[in-house]
Amino acid sequence: MTESVHTGSIPDERPPANTVGPVAWLRNNLFNTWYNALLTILILYGLARAIPPLLDWLIVHANGFDTTPQECRTNGGACWAFVSEKLRFILFGTFPYDEQWRPLLTIVIFITLLLVSCDRRFWKWWLGLLWAAGFAAVAILMWGGVLGLTYVENTNWGGLPLTLILSVIGLAVAFPASILLALGRRSDMPAIKVMSVTYIELIRGVPLISLLFMASVMFPLFLPTGVSIDKLLRAQIAFIMFAAAYMAEAIRGGLQAIPKGQYEAADGLGLNYWQKMRKIILPQALAIAIPPLVNTFISFFKDTSLVIIIGLYDLLGTAKAALTDPAWRGFYREAYLFIGVIYWVFCFYMSKYSQKLERDLRRGHRR
Amino acid sequence: MKSGILAATAAALVFGAVTTAQAGPTLDAVKARGFVQCGVNAGLPGFGNPDSAGNWTGLDVDYCRAMAVALFNDPNKVKFTPLSAQQRFPAIQSGEVDLLSRNTTVTLTRDTSVGLNFAPVTYYDGQGFMVHKKLGVKSAKELNGATVCVQSGTTTELNLADYFRSNNMNYNPVVIESNDEVNAAFFAGRCDVLTTDASGLAGTRAGVAPVPDDYVILPEIISKEPLAPAVRHGDDQWFDIVKWVVYATIQAEESGINSKNVDEFVNSKNPEIQRLLGSSPGMGKALGLDEKWAYNVIKKMGNYGEIFDRNVGPKTPLKLERGLNALWTNGGLQYAMPVR
Repeated sequence: MTESVHTGSIPDERPPANTVGPVAWLRNNLFNTWYNALLTILILYGLARAIPPLLDWLIVHANGFDTTPQECRTNGGACWAFVSEKLRFILFGTFPYDEQWRPLLTIVIFITLLLVSCDRRFWKWWLGLLWAAGFAAVAILMWGGVLGLTYVENTNWGGLPLTLILSVIGLAVAFPASILLALGRRSDMPAIKVMSVTYIELIRGVPLISLLFMASVMFPLFLPTGVSIDKLLRAQIAFIMFAAAYMAEAIRGGLQAIPKGQYEAADGLGLNYWQKMRKIILPQALAIAIPPLVNTFISFFKDTSLVIIIGLYDLLGTAKAALTDPAWRGFYREAYLFIGVIYWVFCFYMSKYSQKLERDLRRGHRR
Repeated sequence: MKSGILAATAAALVFGAVTTAQAGPTLDAVKARGFVQCGVNAGLPGFGNPDSAGNWTGLDVDYCRAMAVALFNDPNKVKFTPLSAQQRFPAIQSGEVDLLSRNTTVTLTRDTSVGLNFAPVTYYDGQGFMVHKKLGVKSAKELNGATVCVQSGTTTELNLADYFRSNNMNYNPVVIESNDEVNAAFFAGRCDVLTTDASGLAGTRAGVAPVPDDYVILPEIISKEPLAPAVRHGDDQWFDIVKWVVYATIQAEESGINSKNVDEFVNSKNPEIQRLLGSSPGMGKALGLDEKWAYNVIKKMGNYGEIFDRNVGPKTPLKLERGLNALWTNGGLQYAMPVR
């Protein structure tokens, strides 16, 4: 008998075939129990039934950009000619056709402002000035009447610029207001507290649509005949009031999540109320409040489509109006799919960015 | 509250837009302003809808433009305000619009308690039924037990109930809120019958149906829907102008005058035509307008028949026949009062 002593290292064994590799992944994730297996099979079956006809409609049998509506109806399949024919109307609404580079530039300005503001390296004092300059540029571009631009009434604004104006300006104005409201609600001063609580609860207690109706239908009846306040302005104010109340509650959640020790430590350092809030409490509270705040942002971006009930043409409104052209009726799927993609791009980007921001700002809390 | 007011003030600064408009009669205010404010449908094919370039088109829209032509000889001196069904009456009452030209049915309550004055009817509509050909139905009287697709919250729904009850028939309503979805449900086969205004049915059949020839519109019209432009109570002069602009287009068709041949009629010997076209003055002055008001309207907008054909007529995708909207001389209801 020779005793065998193994010297050196034993060569690595491959793990058992049923624990690694694609087959094992499938087993562990999709077929680990009988009901998961059943669900997987059902979903695969559903996809197999749904996707081929969808692709067939979207791409294979789709009609090109220069088809007539009649050809589209006879051929079946998606009619992308509708989108190309109505593209400018859906994006810019009834803005004068030859001047539509102005709303286009407005969209570019808004997107640039948003992208610049997303980068934390640019979070400096001049960012506020940049926004002010951006808003001024938007106002000049949309209204005109100066610098040789023809005057365009805001009843002619529509499409994506209107959606962006309502949501971006609305949120930009509502955000500082909501911070004040949240602080007011947590205030020790009874008058301020009661006012903030009343405002927040009153506004949160009514649906946005009723606030818009009040602003557009009821409000003019209280004014003397002939005096009218701009319809867009009324809608914008209704949006700001509503967004401020909702965001105030999100921020209050953040404020309440800050341990009492932080408040006491700030007091102990001899900071006054505003210093304490600005330097200690709000930076932490706002970071905590990012998920609910972004939730509000996203829902408000989409809620701007409610202005359709007061006769303003936001992106959804222009798409619907485009469908009422007698020559191009019935292409609902193409229209809604197109604007759905636009809404999705904006909302998805907001949500992705907020996740990144959340990670960046809360490094200290990660365990 | 405080921040709400702050926000409002800030927004007011951003928009800078509290406007004061007319105090006196509408005509003076409109002349001073330089354009007509017209309330139109936010999107009704053929009556009020924006085209691909964002210009407003449609039969109702053309009457707004006709007003602008009568006043300023320019069809573009109009500010269109798209209005929803709920918004339209507050908009005209509050003075946000000078004229409501938005497929509005003339009714007693609207004429009285809503405070409107209705100009002559520009489109006589009525509720009808559409069915699939394979049902083999020839008359609405054969619809007992049918499933009916109908839009909710409209007089259509009430008329439907009245009609079936008064004829001792049963039906199953499929009530859907949006017009598009009602159509989609019908063409997907969820109901036997689609009911709405006859003009809407014809438009849907021509423009939305997968195969238009598979569907028939039944002959029965079960309600009266006379659609007319409206102004608010309290300014008779303005009401007169709207009324006579509509009559002028109808009278022009009756007299055989259209946008192409109107110049030949200027020197007509016919006193009626002379009065209409301003060759023998007086009518313009009576209305507070230029003597050429009707000439301009006919020249720029056309007569009633041209307006009808351009927007909803047989050559448009809506393919509507004149029907009740033919001149009284052709068996229809369009009848202009004498211009004298």
